[in-house]
Amino acid sequence: MKRFTRAEACAIAIAETFRGDGEILVSPIGNLPAIGARLAKLTFEPDLLLTDGVASIVATVQPVGGAEGPEPVVESYLPYRSVFDCLWSGRRHVMMGATQIDRFGNQNIACIGDYRKPKAQLLGMRGAPGNTINHPTSYWVPNHGTKVFVEKVDVVSGVGYDRAAALGERASRFHEIRRVVSNLGVFDFDSPDHRMRLASVHAGVTVDEVVENTGFELVIDGDVPETRAPTDEELTILREVLDPNGFGAREVKD
Amino acid sequence: MDKRTTEAAVVSELRSGMTIGIGGWGSRRKPMSLVREILRSELENLTLVSYGGPDIGLLCAAGKVAKVIYGFVSLDSIPLEPHFRVARQTASIEAVELDEGMFQWGLYAAANRLPFLPTRAGLGSDVLEYNPQLKLVKSPYEDGEEFVAMPALELDVALIHMNRADEGGNGQFLGPDFFFDDLFCLAAKRRFMSCERIVPTRDLLSQGSLHTLKINRTMVDGVIEAPGGAHFTECPPDYGRDEVFQKEYAATAKDPEAWKEFKARYLDLASEAEYQKAVKAR
Repeated sequence: MKRFTRAEACAIAIAETFRGDGEILVSPIGNLPAIGARLAKLTFEPDLLLTDGVASIVATVQPVGGAEGPEPVVESYLPYRSVFDCLWSGRRHVMMGATQIDRFGNQNIACIGDYRKPKAQLLGMRGAPGNTINHPTSYWVPNHGTKVFVEKVDVVSGVGYDRAAALGERASRFHEIRRVVSNLGVFDFDSPDHRMRLASVHAGVTVDEVVENTGFELVIDGDVPETRAPTDEELTILREVLDPNGFGAREVKD
Repeated sequence: MDKRTTEAAVVSELRSGMTIGIGGWGSRRKPMSLVREILRSELENLTLVSYGGPDIGLLCAAGKVAKVIYGFVSLDSIPLEPHFRVARQTASIEAVELDEGMFQWGLYAAANRLPFLPTRAGLGSDVLEYNPQLKLVKSPYEDGEEFVAMPALELDVALIHMNRADEGGNGQFLGPDFFFDDLFCLAAKRRFMSCERIVPTRDLLSQGSLHTLKINRTMVDGVIEAPGGAHFTECPPDYGRDEVFQKEYAATAKDPEAWKEFKARYLDLASEAEYQKAVKAR
């Protein structure tokens, strides 16, 4: 039997995107992002601020999916208006989803097809334009495939590196796409022109598998390492504290 | 001053082609009794400005809408508003899709009687590509930085829903988030507030702390007592979202027959009282 699941590898990779963030608001959107952010807070980033998803900042770290946990301790109030104030001040790192994403990290959550008469209306722009131009942004893709990792996104909601560069140094100085985590691997933009680079593959995934499932050419330099494996302590926290009901495994299957 | 009025009196003031701002957020504390009164009216060609939920979906499905200005349209527990999706996918409405923060800035500019407010949000994104009416503005100071000049979202009318209010138009929210309801009122020429219950002014502070009194009477022209007026959106702590009803509503987007039935049963009624009766009779 394997020591850990693919979902658990993803949780570690997501937690790692928040390493070094310190005392900022983290907004993880989705089950595994929530699990990963809470794991980071419980282990190496204790100063992160996390909300209850409504309007409270909760000092305690709660399990996902309503499982039994500690009595929540509210430390502050954060209605939507304060979320905007916080994000404009830059003290935030968001992890959003992406229906489409391209090699420079342009993200689409608005619609598929022609904006004027879309084939499929999705969420809308939501906060993606403002998030990406104001503070660090990462993306979570639970279904890595050529329909998501595309040559060109239909609509740019979240701003990627080529668009940011075109704005000039001053206007783009707060723009940072930290990382993309998918069910297959971890991607960053640490290449000379900020093209998406394959940073690591999760245990059991080959580089070829990632390449085949990506609709554009990834930067691949040298031997691609494997995503850091969870420690025993981390596995215990994931299984017994944060996600006893296995919500992560529902999002990403082995 | 006694500003009490009714949904019917409010809607009789509205005209086709008006720009109407609707408070709340997604499927949360929406002034649905006023939306339902618009559904019963002859109004059409409306421009809606909203952090959208079923207010947008219902009015689009009923053919009342020419244009929607929004950052998102969602039912929260059902992430995509199905009736709004139909309206978009058949291009039956004009869409002005903004970043959520740009949207707030537009309301705030209108509230301050400014033509625009500068923001970084939108730069580099397709919000600018698909909304060529949006212009950039250069900082007049040494930095010379360029920003989006988010134009004021001026409203003819604002509709909001509060938990409590007094007869004079002081409003009180008792839930976790006030959203941006004050900005809708400040951005509008005429402002109407429904509420779960009208209480004597002296009782407001027995309902919630001083900080919950965020709507004062300079911001409101008419008050409507509408118990259950936010149904089927949530209005905590008075009630949660009616998820069963919302599911039923959402399902009607896929089936014209089901929509017809839903409309006959819940919308083509004489009054809000009849609606509340139909909901209880389920």
